[in-house]
Amino acid sequence: MCLGVPGKVVEINGNVATVDFWGVRRQVLLDVVDEPVAVGDYILNHVGFAIRRIPESEIGETLALFEELLKAADQEDLMAGDVRAEIAGTREPRDDRA
Amino acid sequence: MTGPEVDRAVRELKFRDPVRARAMMAALERLTTELGRSPVSVMHVCGSHEQAIAKYGLRATFPKALNVIMGPGCPVCITDTPEVDEGVVLARQGVHIATYGDMVRVPGTSMSLADAQAEGAKVHILYSASQAVELAERLKEPVVFFATGFETTAVATAAIVLKGLPENLSILSAHKYIPPVMEIVAEMPETRVEGFLAAGHAATITGWGVFEPFVERHHLPVVVAGFEPLDILAGLVKLLELIRDRTPQVANMYPRCVSREGNLRAQEQLWKVFQPTGGRWRGIAHVPNGNLRLRDEFAHVDARRRFTIDLTTLWDCAPPALAHACICGDIMSGLSSPTDCTLFGKDCTPERPVGACMVSSEGSCKIWHQYGGHPDLGGIA
Ligand code: SF4
Repeated sequence: MCLGVPGKVVEINGNVATVDFWGVRRQVLLDVVDEPVAVGDYILNHVGFAIRRIPESEIGETLALFEELLKAADQEDLMAGDVRAEIAGTREPRDDRA
Repeated sequence: MTGPEVDRAVRELKFRDPVRARAMMAALERLTTELGRSPVSVMHVCGSHEQAIAKYGLRATFPKALNVIMGPGCPVCITDTPEVDEGVVLARQGVHIATYGDMVRVPGTSMSLADAQAEGAKVHILYSASQAVELAERLKEPVVFFATGFETTAVATAAIVLKGLPENLSILSAHKYIPPVMEIVAEMPETRVEGFLAAGHAATITGWGVFEPFVERHHLPVVVAGFEPLDILAGLVKLLELIRDRTPQVANMYPRCVSREGNLRAQEQLWKVFQPTGGRWRGIAHVPNGNLRLRDEFAHVDARRRFTIDLTTLWDCAPPALAHACICGDIMSGLSSPTDCTLFGKDCTPERPVGACMVSSEGSCKIWHQYGGHPDLGGIA
């Protein structure tokens, strides 16, 4: 419940960002993140909200870590399950209600 | 980053590097020897730390003299029984209850939300606070969002409240705030915790500076660490160094997520909506300032003020058998381990949980049940 999962911002519409999580596009709210987020940035998603813009220098390591977690992911893996739940907290892309 | 780039980064992964892992284990060994006492007890306050420690079998690689205790870091586990009861009573009154997945199976005094649902109550699982808003808009009937979790999750609740909730949506806040519970654990006479490993993601919001007054008061070091095996090992090495050198301070070993100030915008929203208040953490203690309640300005969305929640309606329901034998509280205070519980793995399993620690993916009993006995050293050693 306290994981943050990284994704790449591909589109921004008001306070809603469309974010790519390993090829899956989902919408994340930008109400809480404290730095301006632009297309191309990576954010950490927690329960459907971006909580941090990941500093450029940290992106590779952060992504790789989650890639690894998801790869190990059979249903039994608790950490992978938590990563899945984080992505489930985002919204299917659609036209907007900000 | 494209697919192949990610693959390469994974291969070059610094925090999975076995050479570094072994070097850090050696450092732990050396540091505990230098300390010259046994056991040296440190506590982590993060369910994800426990997941990684158990999953990668790290405990088996720690020096014998090093005792890494799991603290009250599982948000589901510390949600108090009467809080679950409030949700159950509302659900039995016919109100729609929406909450995060694991909460549904957490036992209350006499039943869980899942039990209430089996009796016909309307219980919905959600993954995001914003889904509560969507649910209320769709149903047009009274919906209560049973909002649980630490500051990281409370921020999301604050954000939807500040945006304005649909008229039929209220909040039942069982949110908790981590820093005060560390004070409680540090002051427990039975626990001899010499330092804390703090959870990286909660500190993303609060910043690591929030631990400075704690360090000042208790002269105990705090290290903010991520939840990868190497993150945890590096955090422990740093923590033991600070203990050895008697230099209590806060060290941030997780700069990719945590800054000193944290997320100021999130903090502003959090404290605009919530006010800290004393309250019980399940099985642990009354924690001054450990609960987050809605401020008076938001009374109109506070389920406790909008509904009459009569807990005596549960008195006719039999309490779950065996619950009195659950020692979750002692486990989260660092006094016992899951295997000390006579019910562990026998009468209490993830399929039929007796206590909350067997329900949540971050609960120590569930984690030990899942990974215990099968340490996977291949990943790191
Ligand atoms: S094994 Fe079950 S009953 Fe025992 S402490 Fe853990 S959750 Fe409680």
